[in-house]
Amino acid sequence: MKPAAPPPTGKPRLTTSAMIASIAGEGQKTKPAPFGHALVEVAKTRPDVLGMTADLGKYTDLHIFGQAFPDRYYQMGMAEQLLFGAASGLAAEGFTPFATTYAVFATRRAYDFIHQTIAEEDRNVKIVCALPGLTSGYGPSHQAAEDLALMRAMPNMTVIDPCDAHEIEQVVPAIAAHRGPVYMRLLRGQVPVVLDEYGYTFELGRAKTLRGGDDVLIISSGIMTMRALDAAEELKADRIGAAVLHVPTIKPLDTETILREAGKTGRMVVVAENHTVVGGLGEAVAGLLLRSGVYPAFRQIGLPDEFLAAGALPTLHDRYGISTAAVVSRIKEWLSR
Amino acid sequence: MTPSKGHNKELAERAYRVRRNAVRMGEVQGQGYIAQALDIADVLATAYFHAMRYRPEDPNWEGRDRFLLSNGHYAIALYAALIEAGIIPEEELETYGSDESRLPMSGMASYTPGMEMSGGSLGVGMSIAVGMAMGLKRKKSDSRVYILFSDGELDEGSVWEAMMSAAHHKLDNIIAVVDVNNQQADGPSTQVMAFEPLGQKLEAFGWFVQRIDGNDLDAVVDAFDAAKDHKAPKPRIIVADTLMGKGVPFLEAREKNHFIRVDAHEWQLALAALDEGRLA
Ligand SMILES: Cc1ncc(C[n+]2csc(CCOP(=O)(O)OP(=O)(O)O)c2C)c(N)n1
Ligand SMILES: [Mg+2]
Repeated sequence: MKPAAPPPTGKPRLTTSAMIASIAGEGQKTKPAPFGHALVEVAKTRPDVLGMTADLGKYTDLHIFGQAFPDRYYQMGMAEQLLFGAASGLAAEGFTPFATTYAVFATRRAYDFIHQTIAEEDRNVKIVCALPGLTSGYGPSHQAAEDLALMRAMPNMTVIDPCDAHEIEQVVPAIAAHRGPVYMRLLRGQVPVVLDEYGYTFELGRAKTLRGGDDVLIISSGIMTMRALDAAEELKADRIGAAVLHVPTIKPLDTETILREAGKTGRMVVVAENHTVVGGLGEAVAGLLLRSGVYPAFRQIGLPDEFLAAGALPTLHDRYGISTAAVVSRIKEWLSR
Repeated sequence: MTPSKGHNKELAERAYRVRRNAVRMGEVQGQGYIAQALDIADVLATAYFHAMRYRPEDPNWEGRDRFLLSNGHYAIALYAALIEAGIIPEEELETYGSDESRLPMSGMASYTPGMEMSGGSLGVGMSIAVGMAMGLKRKKSDSRVYILFSDGELDEGSVWEAMMSAAHHKLDNIIAVVDVNNQQADGPSTQVMAFEPLGQKLEAFGWFVQRIDGNDLDAVVDAFDAAKDHKAPKPRIIVADTLMGKGVPFLEAREKNHFIRVDAHEWQLALAALDEGRLA
């Protein structure tokens, strides 16, 4: 029953919307559902690999796996505690479940279930979560500003914050091969491709220098590496040399590389993360430097310790200082003081 | 739209206007939880214009009945009712889901007058209802707690913990409505997680249960009346079977989806369809 004539409404469209939730810039190269496709590849040779979700298969790209392996795909309903408890049970029986939901519902709703049934029992469960940090305009209920802090605080947990589709494609087989619980931040849908141009390869537990620079060292993870690379390019125009060290494995931290890079004299260290400034990569690096007697000028770019607003993502990223423009202006300001 | 037996003409008009407000907000964003707003409009119209006690000019009036929107993504539907109730000015409808708006996509108590809880994280409303109902009883208030939640929320264990406790504490001042639209994020609710026979489960949990066609306005009115009048010291729940997109035939017929996109030209057609139903 398709309606016939399309009368134009002629109304001006509002430019801001909480629906604008894409992290891809305009005209940026992207790939669809890199996680789902990578998991299908892994599963072809790994019959122990299973997919599980809590009513968010379509929204975490796991439906791709579900279509390829319907009998290895478990719909658990919108019940996140059950999801992770059951994943632990399957792991206890020798399977390797990849369990997906949104970051807030794993790390907040199901924290104790993950802590007790997965981390404490050291079960081989891969927790893969969409909408990490500030990647939703729905307000605090969907903004996982503190997911890394929560997961870092859990013994046995490996924590990964990939930057783009290129990296996700490599993280998936790597964590499938790794024995033990893993928390991976997921970028879903049309995911930007950036790191291929840097000849980058992901290695579990390794931080990698993506570009050099003499004035400032940006240490970043996840989408903030994308921002840092763009920011470095803009800073170059102002003759500011910005190096970028990408740290996709938040735990265990690549202490050796971070200490080596931060220890080079004359560079301000700026840690940039899509996460609250409380308890994430910034404080992890700060603690490491202090404990090791390395004392560069140190600054943090991250989300403020407050409940974030609802709204359009570009607006929010600007407001809370994690857009490329905000990164550039703060670094310039810090260097000019 | 919903045929009226006569005495519910005014409510039918209210329901029409709630749907109309929701469609106009949907148009602002071009997409969203429109089909849900249309399916639940008859329930909200009955709650706000037949069952509940409140003062539009004073949304925090102590003597009001509380209304909890546990399924926060239905905010568009509740805003539509709050506008019709005069609690939110109609002009604000144009700001739905936009930066600095008091009407965010996902309902939050801190943003909107008349919104009693922050939803978005599903399955938490019933626990709040239990506490509010206990609090009202402690205060010797005769106000009631109305709570709307969704069939997808039935998957969350927390809902059942709270329902067991509401019966245990004899919270007869709770009137819950669960919207059985047979839809959640990954597909039809009955396929995502089988929850039937729902009425029997709820009865076994100690609730006074009525199951109705949630788009039959007369049935909705009768169910709210019966829930209020019921004598047993039990919490009350209305299981409302609803049709997504109700009142806009081309949306009713569309493949069911949790989150729909509606083409720019279709909004006017949707409003026209509502007008047609209003006259019928
Ligand atoms: C605790 C929690 N888990 C997951 C989600 C993501 N989510 C948002 S709506 C939804 C479907 C819920 O079912 P229902 O409300 O019945 O969906 P609808 O009828 O609106 O399609 C899901 C899984 C959420 N908001 N909260
Ligand atoms: Mg539903």
